[in-house]
Amino acid sequence: MTAVRAWLLFAVAACLRAQVPFERLVNAVKEPQNWLTHSGTYNGWQHSTLDQITRENAGSLRVQWIFQSRTAEKFETTPLVVDGVMYLTEPPNNVLALDAATGRAFWEFTYRPAPSTRLCCGVLNRGLAILDDTLFMGTVDGYLLAIDSKSGKLEWKTHVADYTKAYALTHAPLVVKNKVIVGPAGGEYGIRGFLAAYDARTGNEVWRFNTVPGPGESGHETWGGDSWKNGGAPIWTTGTYDPDLNLIYWGTGNPGPDYNGDVRPGDNLYSSSVVALDADTGKLIWHYQFTPHDEWDWDSSEVPVLVDMEWQGRSRKLLLMANRNGFFYTLDRVTGRFLQAKAFVKQTWNGGFDENGRPIRLPNVSPTKEGRVMFPGQQGGTNWYNPSYSPRTEMFYIPAWVDYYTTYNKFEPEYVPGRQYTGGAPRSDVLGGSRDTRLIHTRVEGGYGAVRALDALTGELRWEFKMGDVTDGGILTTAADLLFTGNRDQYFYALDARNGALLWKIYLGGNIRSGAMSYQAGGKQYIAVAAGSGLFTFAIR
Amino acid sequence: MNSHFALASILAGSVLCAQQSSLPDLEAGARVFEANCTTCHGAAGDAVQGIDLAGGKFKRVATDEDLARFIAKGIPGTAMPPFEFLPRQMTSLLGYLRGLRESSLHPAAGDPARGQALFEGKGGCLGCHRVNGKGSRLGPDLSDIGLIRPASALEQSILEPGAVVPPEYLFCRAVTREGVIVTGRRLNEDPHTVQLIDTKERLVSLSKPDLREYALLTGSQMPSYRGRLTSEEVTDLVKFLTTRKGIATR
Repeated sequence: MTAVRAWLLFAVAACLRAQVPFERLVNAVKEPQNWLTHSGTYNGWQHSTLDQITRENAGSLRVQWIFQSRTAEKFETTPLVVDGVMYLTEPPNNVLALDAATGRAFWEFTYRPAPSTRLCCGVLNRGLAILDDTLFMGTVDGYLLAIDSKSGKLEWKTHVADYTKAYALTHAPLVVKNKVIVGPAGGEYGIRGFLAAYDARTGNEVWRFNTVPGPGESGHETWGGDSWKNGGAPIWTTGTYDPDLNLIYWGTGNPGPDYNGDVRPGDNLYSSSVVALDADTGKLIWHYQFTPHDEWDWDSSEVPVLVDMEWQGRSRKLLLMANRNGFFYTLDRVTGRFLQAKAFVKQTWNGGFDENGRPIRLPNVSPTKEGRVMFPGQQGGTNWYNPSYSPRTEMFYIPAWVDYYTTYNKFEPEYVPGRQYTGGAPRSDVLGGSRDTRLIHTRVEGGYGAVRALDALTGELRWEFKMGDVTDGGILTTAADLLFTGNRDQYFYALDARNGALLWKIYLGGNIRSGAMSYQAGGKQYIAVAAGSGLFTFAIR
Repeated sequence: MNSHFALASILAGSVLCAQQSSLPDLEAGARVFEANCTTCHGAAGDAVQGIDLAGGKFKRVATDEDLARFIAKGIPGTAMPPFEFLPRQMTSLLGYLRGLRESSLHPAAGDPARGQALFEGKGGCLGCHRVNGKGSRLGPDLSDIGLIRPASALEQSILEPGAVVPPEYLFCRAVTREGVIVTGRRLNEDPHTVQLIDTKERLVSLSKPDLREYALLTGSQMPSYRGRLTSEEVTDLVKFLTTRKGIATR
């Protein structure tokens, strides 16, 4: 045996500390060099406390390295960074570990899902979660995978939902304590949604909360007849978590069928809602339904952002959400009590709120066979792409689709497992799905994409930055009062978060469909964002 | 998938007796198989009713070329899709399928339970290797080694570990400008950088211009078990390793 060999054998640590215990996730804000959860921190702020890149030097941002994915599918991932290693997903369900400073790969995990998966909006994945030395990813064919973060080896694979009926896992899981929490997409296919927690070590299911309650479950009475069986309320974005309350907060998707509510009389709980669940048991603590009996596909799949602020003279735990239905909401996240809602884009469905916070629905707003024009349009005033909250400016930043409409029609839906179950075909002057041409011919009267910055306390518009197209790009803010976002116009922007002034831009040549994130490696602050089929990283020179 | 039209149903037995593949080729083929085929055919190749890739239940194909054509074009009207593999991926996959059949026709002898006890005890294998989440990550993970390697190759690795060392199993040693020695298993390398997992199981990326010394260590860092284990023990250990076929779905 050589000396080197002997040294190796004796040097291997018999008992190595787990890399990312739950405590690190709870205290993620204390290690800004890393990005440990999908939103950076459990509160959903998408805010970095790094400040090496400033308003003064942002103009010197340069590309550092680029990761080219091997896919033509939508690239909607937001990476994690742990101690100099970046973990990201590549559509549909590959995972890579990269050197965060150079982009060079440590390992790659390849997964080919079943070929006949059914997804409304692309065979895609939005990211990972990590606990200890294990990464977690949902797959488009309905599995939850645990992957060793050091080697890229599969640790366990658990079946979550049936892809032949169009259930798919697309969002980054949320890890809380020793549980991994996910739910299925498929709101356009008549699935019945749920959130489920799995033991991080074994993959065994621990609890399940049905977002469409069945017989005997509270809320079942809000579904007429058997409509609950295909009631939708999917899960396709990542929720947030309050460690002090031990509650998870999760936005739910549209009821099914999307546009024809005649077959599902009632409020259709818990679709188009936010639910607060006990993280240990999955028990429903409270809920708030933003759009009862939704007939416009206004999923509440936006991020429930958790902020503690002075509210009417006393400190209060708030939940802020800019909803697809065009309103910016303020709720008490302890009780679920409605506090305030203010429209942030033009809307024509709501005549106010009653004393309990229930929206007062205007007459003649349902889709018709001939078609009904409604604001906001089918993609909403905003959508799944993340907002950001900055504690420095106390502003809430929204990727907004401003003042555009959709003509909603409806037809008789027929449920066939695995096929679309929408009951309508909305039309809009604005491209709904994505931009497939580099030529942009938007019309002012057709609405526009913008970053809208609201006073987080009042919901008043503080400033707006108009972009070249409607947007699928999330927003990142930093402690240097910078705001980063991208657009279907394929620019990636750095703005002054205080007033929306443009500080820097770069044309990336591909749609930006994810939220940027920030990390530090080798003493240098990086900004990373997926655009087109690539992941781009930037730093100062 | 319609079982009559699954991949295996179009293969002829004679196809799997062509040229031998090297160990790295087999491993690459296993990766292609794992990523592309197991969803329908299962890790052992027998998940489709009436079809057994390893057992040689083949019907139509006479040559590797025939097989490659079916894989590349798929089977219209069935769940078997076309696969756009690079030539080297296809070659590796064909070699791997041959290996599956060889293992099926000539199963390893020995007692897997005794082999596992040796692996976790007297053999000290967990000191460097990992199986199903248990053991060190410094050496290669063996959770699916039974899919990748035939018994004969596993026995050779135990008795003559230096005989064939796939490039992804090689170790390297670097000395930084500050004099820090970094040693570990090389994961990736280019002219400017090298990525490795070090002896503390950390993923490390090094810039070569920042190194005072860098060397790829030749041969295997694994000691030979010839004389340390009896022939019966080696047989048991090999048998255990051939049963390591990846992670089962719950």
